Amino acid sequence: MRPSVQEMIAQSKGKKFKKNVEKFVPVILFLIASVSVLTTIGIVLTLIVETITFFTRVPITDFLFGTTWLPFSNKEAMFGIWPLIIGTLKVTLIATIVAVPIGIGAAIYLSEYASETVRRIVKPVLEILAGIPTIVYGFFALTFVTPVLQSFFPEIKIFNAISPGIVVGIMIIPMIASLSEDAMSSVPKQIREGALAMGSTKFEVAMKVTLPAALSGIVASVVLAISRAIGETMIVSLAAGSTPKMDGDFTGSIQTMTSYIVQVSKGDAGYGTTIYYSIYAVGFTLFVFTMVMNILASYVSKRFREEY
Amino acid sequence: MKYIDQQLVVKRMNGRNLVNKLFKGIFMLATLVSLLFLAILLYRIGTQGISHLSWDFLKNFASRFPEKAGIKAALVGSLWLMAVVAPTSIILGVGSAIYLEEYAKKNRITAFIRTNISNLAGVPSVVFGLLGLTIFVRALSLGNSVLAAGFTMSLLILPVIIVAAQESIRAIPGELRDASFGMGATKWQTIVKVILPAAIPGILTGSILALSRAIGETAPLIVIGVPVIIQFLPSGVMDTFTALPMQIYDWSSRPQQEFQVVAAAGIIVLMVVLLLMNTVAAVIRNKFQKRY
Repeated sequence: MRPSVQEMIAQSKGKKFKKNVEKFVPVILFLIASVSVLTTIGIVLTLIVETITFFTRVPITDFLFGTTWLPFSNKEAMFGIWPLIIGTLKVTLIATIVAVPIGIGAAIYLSEYASETVRRIVKPVLEILAGIPTIVYGFFALTFVTPVLQSFFPEIKIFNAISPGIVVGIMIIPMIASLSEDAMSSVPKQIREGALAMGSTKFEVAMKVTLPAALSGIVASVVLAISRAIGETMIVSLAAGSTPKMDGDFTGSIQTMTSYIVQVSKGDAGYGTTIYYSIYAVGFTLFVFTMVMNILASYVSKRFREEY
Repeated sequence: MKYIDQQLVVKRMNGRNLVNKLFKGIFMLATLVSLLFLAILLYRIGTQGISHLSWDFLKNFASRFPEKAGIKAALVGSLWLMAVVAPTSIILGVGSAIYLEEYAKKNRITAFIRTNISNLAGVPSVVFGLLGLTIFVRALSLGNSVLAAGFTMSLLILPVIIVAAQESIRAIPGELRDASFGMGATKWQTIVKVILPAAIPGILTGSILALSRAIGETAPLIVIGVPVIIQFLPSGVMDTFTALPMQIYDWSSRPQQEFQVVAAAGIIVLMVVLLLMNTVAAVIRNKFQKRY
């Protein structure tokens, strides 16, 4: 005879295994979800611990206030971080100059002028730019952009800050364009239509209505993109050179924080040497820079969000 | 008294329309410039590398001589890397997403985990390399093996997979859950038999895109100490290996002009792999796209 439904329910309730599954699964999933937190803790801890070791050998004041970065010097190695920061900022500055106008321009075009069809085609194509591996961009900067620049401005060296800066800028365009477009598209249609009905042209609507209303999203996208530019590694490793410098020259070889880490890793700095620990100190500085930018971006987008 | 000066209005309006047109052109140009750049990049690398592309290039190991240099070790190495990264990152990512969407209470811990995930997404990949070097290569002494690199890459793309999985789980309407609970299913049964099957296309699409990012990442591999010149294929996850972007990086940074062609050929192979993965993702998305 087949068991009745009641019996089946009673039976299944009696099964210990099933009960336990319901109890343990949330715990296991919680543990899995905490891997991302552990990763962050792991990053912060390793950076801090190894950086502290570094500071037992190199005074922290030399690192923070020094203006000479000469880790491979035979006589006396110098670890003043500023040349690397300046190098990073040079590339970031050029990238921002390239990416902000083009990115926001593209966002305005896509959200205010383009037809639905054009937007649906162009947006994903633009995002291909973001999916191209940075090593490919680096190769392109070194073998195409630099020679083209050199043919116009012969004083530019093979390794310089301008070419990788431009290419990093191109790389972050889709980030600015896409996120800004999202922010502008989420401005309600009625507001736009109201302005158009008052006789504004589309340009006036974009400048005086949509752009101010979406400003928090746009600013956040720009800050995020800058953070990405600061942390970019392969483009600068290939095209910017490895000369840590403190000057305002953009045409010659420079070194960024990221490319220094790569340079040392590539040369296999012996474990335990001061140079080995220096990549953690530089990595920590880089981490702080990008973290500040990321927190700033999320603060801006939360704090200044317009509610409709 | 005239209320409206017709001529002045027309004049002003013409001017404003002109400005509108001018800026429409400028904004369009901005869009076109970025598309043009993409076109130049693809065209340039395609024409540069195509001459070196051959079966020999795929079958040969790396070499000091540009004409003999091949990409076999890197291609196979990248596949090995994916064999570690795919299961690790998908299990961790989907598990986290299920927890956050289905189990997590709205409290501080949950909010902290969410903030943490978005912050983790903004950490430069080279810093993940430092994490991998310290934890996996040194502390767990996995060396520069497939496993060490795979774990590092998995953590790197974890935030992307979590967010993608969260979105596709969230897109499943509450009625499906309610119906399942109404039939007497437990929470876990509902998740495994109702929610996950419905969310799998979205999860897969997001995961494949995340994996394609891992295939192209170079910086963490360099920091971990993945070598370039390798004349054998890995036979297990504890073996040393090399990967496509490493090989391309090595060829690009060599001073000889001939290696640029080899590097471009390597980039074509990498881009074809990425294109294939993106196509698979697009096919999955289109085929299983459901509207509730």
